[in-house]
Amino acid sequence: MNRSFNKSQTLRYLECSAVEVKSKFGAEFRRFSLDRYKPGKFEDFYKLILHIHHIANLEVMIGYADVHGDLLPINNDDNFFKAVSSAHPLLRVFVQRQDEVDYSNFGTNTLSRKKKALVTLRNDNLRRRPHINISMPHDFRPVSSIIDVDILPETHRRVRLYRHGCEKPLGFYIRDGTSVRVTPHGLEKVPGIFISRMVPGGLAESTGLLAVNDEVLEVNGIEVAGKTLDQVTDMMIANSHNLIITVKPANQRNNIIRSSRMSGSSGQSTDSTASHHSLPTSHVLQNFHPDEMESDEEADIVIEGGLEPQHIPKLHSLTSSSLSRINGSSLSHRLQRDLVLNNNSGRESNGNIHKLLSSLKTDPRHSLVIPRGGIEEDGTVITL
Amino acid sequence: MAIGTRSGAIKLYGAPGVEFMGLHEENNTVMQIHFIPDQCQLVTLLDDNSLHLWSLKQHSGASELREEHRFTLKGPPGSPPSATQITAVLPHSSREVLYLGTESGNIFVVELPSFRVLEDRTITSEAVLQRVPEDYCNRRSCELVEALREHPKNPDQILIGYSRGLIVLWDLQNNKVTHHFLGSQQLENLYWQRDGSKFISCHYDGSYTQWPVSSDNRQPEPLENIVPYGPFPCKAISKIYWQTTKNGLPYIIFQGGMPRASYGDRHSISVVHGSQQTAFDFTSRVIDFFIIFSSEPTAEFDDPSAMVVLAEEELVVIDLKSAGWPAVHPPYLASLHCSAITCSHHVSNIPLKLWERIISAGSKQNVHYSSMPWPIDGGTNIAPDPPQRDLLLTGHEDGTVRFWDASGVCLHLLYKLSTVRVFLTDADPNDNMNTLGEDEWPPLRKVGTFDPYSDDPRLGIQKIYLCKYSGYLAVAGTAGQVLVMELNDEDAEHVVDHAEADLLQDQEGYRWKGHEKLKTRDGPVRFEAGFQPFVLVQCQPPAVVTSLALHSEWKLVAFGTSHGFGLFDHQQKRLVFVKCTLHPSDQLALEGPLSRVKSLKKSLRQSFRRIRRSRVSSRKRRGGGGNASEVQEANAKFDQDALQEMELAPVQRKIEARSAEDSFTGFVRTLYFADTFLRDSSRHCPSLWAGTNGGTVYAFCLRVPPAERRMDEPVRAEQAKEIQLMHRAPVVGILVLDGRSTPLPEPLEVAHDLSKSPDMQGSHQLLVVSEEQFKVFTLPKVSSKLKLKLTALEGCRVRKVTVANFGSCKTDDYSENDLAVLTNLGDIQIISLPFLKLQIRYPCIRKEDVSGIASCVFTKYGQGFYLISPSEFERFSLSTKWLVEPRCVVDVPEVSSNNHVHTRSGVENAARKSRGSGRSSSDYGEDERKSGRLMEHALLNDESE
Repeated sequence: MNRSFNKSQTLRYLECSAVEVKSKFGAEFRRFSLDRYKPGKFEDFYKLILHIHHIANLEVMIGYADVHGDLLPINNDDNFFKAVSSAHPLLRVFVQRQDEVDYSNFGTNTLSRKKKALVTLRNDNLRRRPHINISMPHDFRPVSSIIDVDILPETHRRVRLYRHGCEKPLGFYIRDGTSVRVTPHGLEKVPGIFISRMVPGGLAESTGLLAVNDEVLEVNGIEVAGKTLDQVTDMMIANSHNLIITVKPANQRNNIIRSSRMSGSSGQSTDSTASHHSLPTSHVLQNFHPDEMESDEEADIVIEGGLEPQHIPKLHSLTSSSLSRINGSSLSHRLQRDLVLNNNSGRESNGNIHKLLSSLKTDPRHSLVIPRGGIEEDGTVITL
Repeated sequence: MAIGTRSGAIKLYGAPGVEFMGLHEENNTVMQIHFIPDQCQLVTLLDDNSLHLWSLKQHSGASELREEHRFTLKGPPGSPPSATQITAVLPHSSREVLYLGTESGNIFVVELPSFRVLEDRTITSEAVLQRVPEDYCNRRSCELVEALREHPKNPDQILIGYSRGLIVLWDLQNNKVTHHFLGSQQLENLYWQRDGSKFISCHYDGSYTQWPVSSDNRQPEPLENIVPYGPFPCKAISKIYWQTTKNGLPYIIFQGGMPRASYGDRHSISVVHGSQQTAFDFTSRVIDFFIIFSSEPTAEFDDPSAMVVLAEEELVVIDLKSAGWPAVHPPYLASLHCSAITCSHHVSNIPLKLWERIISAGSKQNVHYSSMPWPIDGGTNIAPDPPQRDLLLTGHEDGTVRFWDASGVCLHLLYKLSTVRVFLTDADPNDNMNTLGEDEWPPLRKVGTFDPYSDDPRLGIQKIYLCKYSGYLAVAGTAGQVLVMELNDEDAEHVVDHAEADLLQDQEGYRWKGHEKLKTRDGPVRFEAGFQPFVLVQCQPPAVVTSLALHSEWKLVAFGTSHGFGLFDHQQKRLVFVKCTLHPSDQLALEGPLSRVKSLKKSLRQSFRRIRRSRVSSRKRRGGGGNASEVQEANAKFDQDALQEMELAPVQRKIEARSAEDSFTGFVRTLYFADTFLRDSSRHCPSLWAGTNGGTVYAFCLRVPPAERRMDEPVRAEQAKEIQLMHRAPVVGILVLDGRSTPLPEPLEVAHDLSKSPDMQGSHQLLVVSEEQFKVFTLPKVSSKLKLKLTALEGCRVRKVTVANFGSCKTDDYSENDLAVLTNLGDIQIISLPFLKLQIRYPCIRKEDVSGIASCVFTKYGQGFYLISPSEFERFSLSTKWLVEPRCVVDVPEVSSNNHVHTRSGVENAARKSRGSGRSSSDYGEDERKSGRLMEHALLNDESE
């Protein structure tokens, strides 16, 4: 077990860097401390929790109360680190049985109604109101993210939309427009591409990261300057499975303020912000790893309509083997797969193949056996 | 002959293969072109009133057209721009000066080639009017100079025609008027008789007048005034020729003059020779015309041999020597778009045998043409003979396929194939010709091939596939008809077999709302020599055939529509299989194109209604007060606001991933036959591949019985594979590469020893080209090996793709196969095989030129054609080895003396034609290779550019 998990007794002399943790499971409390800056891995933390509460055989869900009093899940290294580093003064951890968890309680303002929340946490299937049904946290796939915050000027935002992670349509429209640029000759009006409309309920709208009148600067690392609306449309659609668009938001007030990237270490201001502004976009592009560009690559589906005797079983063996390979190289999660579905029923069963195919397309995970742990662990996306 | 275009290009044509092109920097419309006599020089006038001097200079063995000087006439400061607006240009036979008639009536003289204005020689309107009788002078001032003509015998006299009817003969030596001819009608043009004793003028009211020129009468009366198509009001005669002949009867040739009321819409040129009179009726506006006649200076008579007419849409040459005045078959500038081109297909390297058979079939069709050699024969073609015989086939909206000789510079029509005879159409092909009786007046005769009106758009040809080895031709059309034809050297009468292919198969409950299939003729049909159909496959529903493939060795034809595809055995005349590619939710494809048209119509109608309503209401508002009008006003305002809003709404594009539910996913884009390892790596078999709009590739394994049992056993097909590309972009090309990574040869290519047999030892690879990506798969297990993304990285899409063989121009033994790709941005890219590396990118067609991009065809050897206007193909070459370009020489005559030892009968003529959709105007100047005779010029202004 990791060195950094210390028992609560050590708290006294490690005050400067130690975080006190108060863990609650049912009605029981346990206290211990963690190193604020080196909290270790979530996996180890999870084992520690099970150990401390003597619930080694249970599947549990760990949550914590953040500074705003919201109940947030701890289920990977990132949010574990965040939980520990932002704990002030102590980290309140809530442990629940996996099957009792009501995930609708996660999120904003959940703990400000603390009493109620804790009541629901325990056990009340009776009082459940109709919520928006959000699946379990470990089933979350990112549908969008802001990336490359460190290398982009503050006025720009690079948004990644994971089309295959959700059922929603991408759902936005783009138009031609003019934008003002600073050039050596002064301010100049140049043609630009703008987001013109959001489809209600679409992925783009639901992320909240894109808005009408945002100027589109790049699509998957390629500048759109000088390209026509149709060209940009084609580029976006061609990249729709993993669309990364860099925008200059029309509303500049919501921009990320870099100096406070690390909460709790406010004194640590970065002095390089100025240089970020002057970063040329071409430089920025180098931050794209080709692997990553390819990573969410789609695989074509080949259906054999023929003589080969093996069929469905092979599907499983093939897919699971290919997927375990994915897990093996989880971070780059290179998916080089060909799902070969064998079907010996010939032409007359084309309808079935179609059904199978369409089920694959809608949510491949339902028809494929995917080892859960892997996905849970690294929190990265696997799309098909 | 020179032709100027609306976009500022001038093109010179001489003997077949001799052509030059120049482009004015200004891109302004060319208004007039005049050759400088006996020089390889010409002067062009643009619509910005600038003059340009071009010359043909020899440069490394071939002549080139270069712009030498440019000039804009400037009046004295403060004078109106019309003072220097050039209306008439006369290059003097001395080759030293140009006379420029202007709107102000003044004639300026400029020196050549420097374009220096010789002010002391300017002929002012005041000088001309000095001796004109007072009463005439009062009635009309001399306005714009309409025509300038040099005296045919005496270069010191020029005839000046003013638009109000006054004509004067001006003596250049003495700078004075020698004769006045007081015309009473608005003047259009003038023409000298060859001996200079008379001239003829033509007028706005459709009349022409002969005037005598003699030394004793300084103010003669007209000899004769004729309104050829009177007595009812006639349209203007804009240009006239008077040609003398040995037998005494002159040819009078004039443009226009038709009775205004009943024939005012005709575009005609009338030829009158004694009692013979014909009004050639053109299907498009006549831009200009000129006559080719004897250019010998000593010849007593003109003896016209041919008339060259530039109509807006085509060039027509009429043989005036042969009886009946037949048309001459043009070796170039043939009207490609006599019916709109709907598709084209190029076949390289035609075997001589097939070539000859096509030519002989074509020559039987061309009997009504004159046997006269092409009369425009300036220059010498020094380009080497084309290395191979290439055919370009164009499919047209009227159901014809035209075969063009595309080996050299000139696109020459070899043979025309019509598919109409197979079908019953409303118009019987026999009764639309020669409906006019003998005694009809005016004696109209339709000439030219341009006929944009199609009897039935369903006849339109959509896909063509010609096998050059077997002479099998497959042609598919708009109404789902697929015809397989065979070349027959004799006329024949036979029954065309029918087969129907129901592509919807078991899909039930769908209703086709598009057009019906074409009705076929029952019983035997007579076909002329050439390609004769022997089997017709009718797709059901009769949607447009979107892809076609023919395998002449296996005697199979595959066809696809928006609903599915099928395979037909044309040996046994049996349908092998059909496959429906429709997605169940794709309603649009099922209903056919009609519903879309309807909705478009509806929306158009609505918007018109809205406009009309707002107009009506605004008128009412003006009319009177009251509540009603206020309501109206409010309504109108609302409507206008709505309209404005509509106009202001920006063009926007939806960003959405493609899904299986998108419309037209089942649309079959490409079909391909290959003998490859489809099922396992040990046995190869014939296969058929089909790619759809939704990114699906279907592969069928075929069993073709061996030749000796070909008629006895049926061809069998079994679906072997179905590949769904996850990016779902339309599949536009499928290709199998053999063990050496070279594309599989065409059917029968190996049998004719023209290609190495494919390597069946190494593993084959499958290349699938979608609009967005190139992807190489292994065979038989289809696993992805390589890919090249195009759209995701560059935002462009593949429009056309083909394999091209690029030979080295240094050594004969090296060549490689690459993909030639045309994108929707008009770029051409060369992508290597099999590694898919981009080699070259070259911008070729403007991206706005959608029809140009759509019309592009690549040849097998890295060349290509695309339509730069509905009527012109532009040829380009990506290969350094195969280059087709005009190389020709025009000899500059020695200017040492007045007599040239050798004068070609060739006449260089100038004309102007604006290509493209619209109106245009032109001018022909004509240059006799003789000193002292400038023939004519004309100006037809085109106000509506």
